[in-house]
Amino acid sequence: MKIIACIKQVPDSEAKIKAENGQINTGDSPLVINPFDEYAVEGALQQKEATNGTVTALCIGSESAKEALKHALAMGADNAILVSDPSLNNMDTVGAARVLAAAIQKIGDVDMVVFGRQTLDNGSGLTSAQTARALGWSLLGLAGQIKVQERSVTVERVIEEGRQTVKANLPAVISVVQSIGEPRYPSFMGIRKASKAEIPVWSLSDLGIAAPEAIIKRSELMNPPARDTSVEIIYGESPAEIADKLADKLIAEKVL
Amino acid sequence: MKIFVYVDHFKGEAQATSWEALGLAKSFGATTALVFGSSVDDVAKAALEYGADEVLVADDSALLDFRAETYASTLSALVSSSTPDLILFPTTTRTRELAAMSAVDLNTNVITDATAVEVNGDASSPLSAIVVTRPIYEGKLFEKVTASAKPQLITLRGRAFPKPEKVAGKTGTITKVEAKTDALTTVEGYSVADVGVSLNDAGIIVSGGRGVSNNPSLQPPADLDDKQAEIWRAHQGFKLVGELASTLGGAVGASRAAVDGGYIPYSNQVGQTGKVVAPDVYIACGISGAIQHLAGIRSAKLVVAINKDPDAPIFKVARYGVVGDLFQIVPALTEAFKKKLGK
Repeated sequence: MKIIACIKQVPDSEAKIKAENGQINTGDSPLVINPFDEYAVEGALQQKEATNGTVTALCIGSESAKEALKHALAMGADNAILVSDPSLNNMDTVGAARVLAAAIQKIGDVDMVVFGRQTLDNGSGLTSAQTARALGWSLLGLAGQIKVQERSVTVERVIEEGRQTVKANLPAVISVVQSIGEPRYPSFMGIRKASKAEIPVWSLSDLGIAAPEAIIKRSELMNPPARDTSVEIIYGESPAEIADKLADKLIAEKVL
Repeated sequence: MKIFVYVDHFKGEAQATSWEALGLAKSFGATTALVFGSSVDDVAKAALEYGADEVLVADDSALLDFRAETYASTLSALVSSSTPDLILFPTTTRTRELAAMSAVDLNTNVITDATAVEVNGDASSPLSAIVVTRPIYEGKLFEKVTASAKPQLITLRGRAFPKPEKVAGKTGTITKVEAKTDALTTVEGYSVADVGVSLNDAGIIVSGGRGVSNNPSLQPPADLDDKQAEIWRAHQGFKLVGELASTLGGAVGASRAAVDGGYIPYSNQVGQTGKVVAPDVYIACGISGAIQHLAGIRSAKLVVAINKDPDAPIFKVARYGVVGDLFQIVPALTEAFKKKLGK
């Protein structure tokens, strides 16, 4: 089975991020593979092992995003492809979906495309569904478990109300959640292989598409409103006394 | 401006944020509610009671289960024929997929997780500009965005907008529209969990962290290995957290450390890779307050921290703090509320 894991590079989740003069300042924190996408690579690798298939990691980004692809290679992906084009700097999710769909079609004979639930930066969680729609394939969203049988795939979707079992024919686009299993650590051999890997870079002309125009545009960037940070520590002789005082405070706040 | 509100429901039970969306839409002008499903008359009637001027219903047995592709095709066809300027959705797992797919069909895009929506200019004019505020980087920053295509699709974050009053018995026109039923997926079944109050809709959240497994006075059963004993201890801790949550009518949350420790399912996780929440009160029990967790609770109106480490970062965002043993404080707090709230 031919599996694609779509990944993105984002600032580390530990990063202190500030808005400065309308720009995003991520300080000196490193760029990493989007943490949700590590689960996508893990889910893809599980299916590779179950079906004796291959995994290709696919990423849109600048040259630096090769590091995120190398992380996927070190985890066990067989190939990696970077789509990079200066005209993609301001694309939105529909634009990303159209570019990914074109790349997936260029790769050809793909059976399954795996996404993480969302990215840590934009966080809209739309791209997997939009890529499925652009390809005309089924979407199995928020999968906590994937099972392939011949040409069909069944997933257990994790939704607000519990779990839902959904089935579709391949090819299909799947987004995964953490229940898929902890992402494996890159092996020593994997890291060595990844460090030597030549990662092909495709431009939009390689894909034969024009630059998609962003429909959603940012007009302003803001830091969150400052919080009143003065904490009042509740003291008392006993847990019961502390609890009693705290309960009175919260009732007086009229927030219960 | 022609405004639609999509009412999301699970087996006939509408998500509260759907009504918040109706309230917001009504502040802009006349509003049409959309209800998709099978035998959804009650949801349609409720939409009228929460303020919709009319309801369009796609009612078909093929729409019994939500499937992104059939719902999106139904919505896209409806939009093509009735050309709204704006469609508001509650943000749920379903609407994210539905709006995402329809946006591709309609050559537009979706603005998700809106916390504020401003209409610049005359709301009755289709040319009025809509500016949406939404969190990015998991709440570490906010951005204002605009969309250059119609219709504008916006999903609203839960509890960011006031819920309108229900006017019992208010009636209006309910019109049937065509359902598109070409499906690619089959829903084989559900296991509906008793999840209690959902984190998205919760006014009160009581959360547990790594600290819930640290009760030294508990003696786990002898046949457990170290990891199993830790989880056993954590389950006893989360029982206390759950009792406080249910006494207050709230939801149970957890830190990433608690989820990674295997103490509680990831669907309870708040912050970074979990959910961004906006309760009135957030009570953090044994949570140190990693930067990702603090980002996830930034919209909480009031934070209470209970932690034995006085230097824990969680105290920096808390309004009230208790430096102490959560295994003593949390049950005492449950008792205090039971007494004071007459429960």
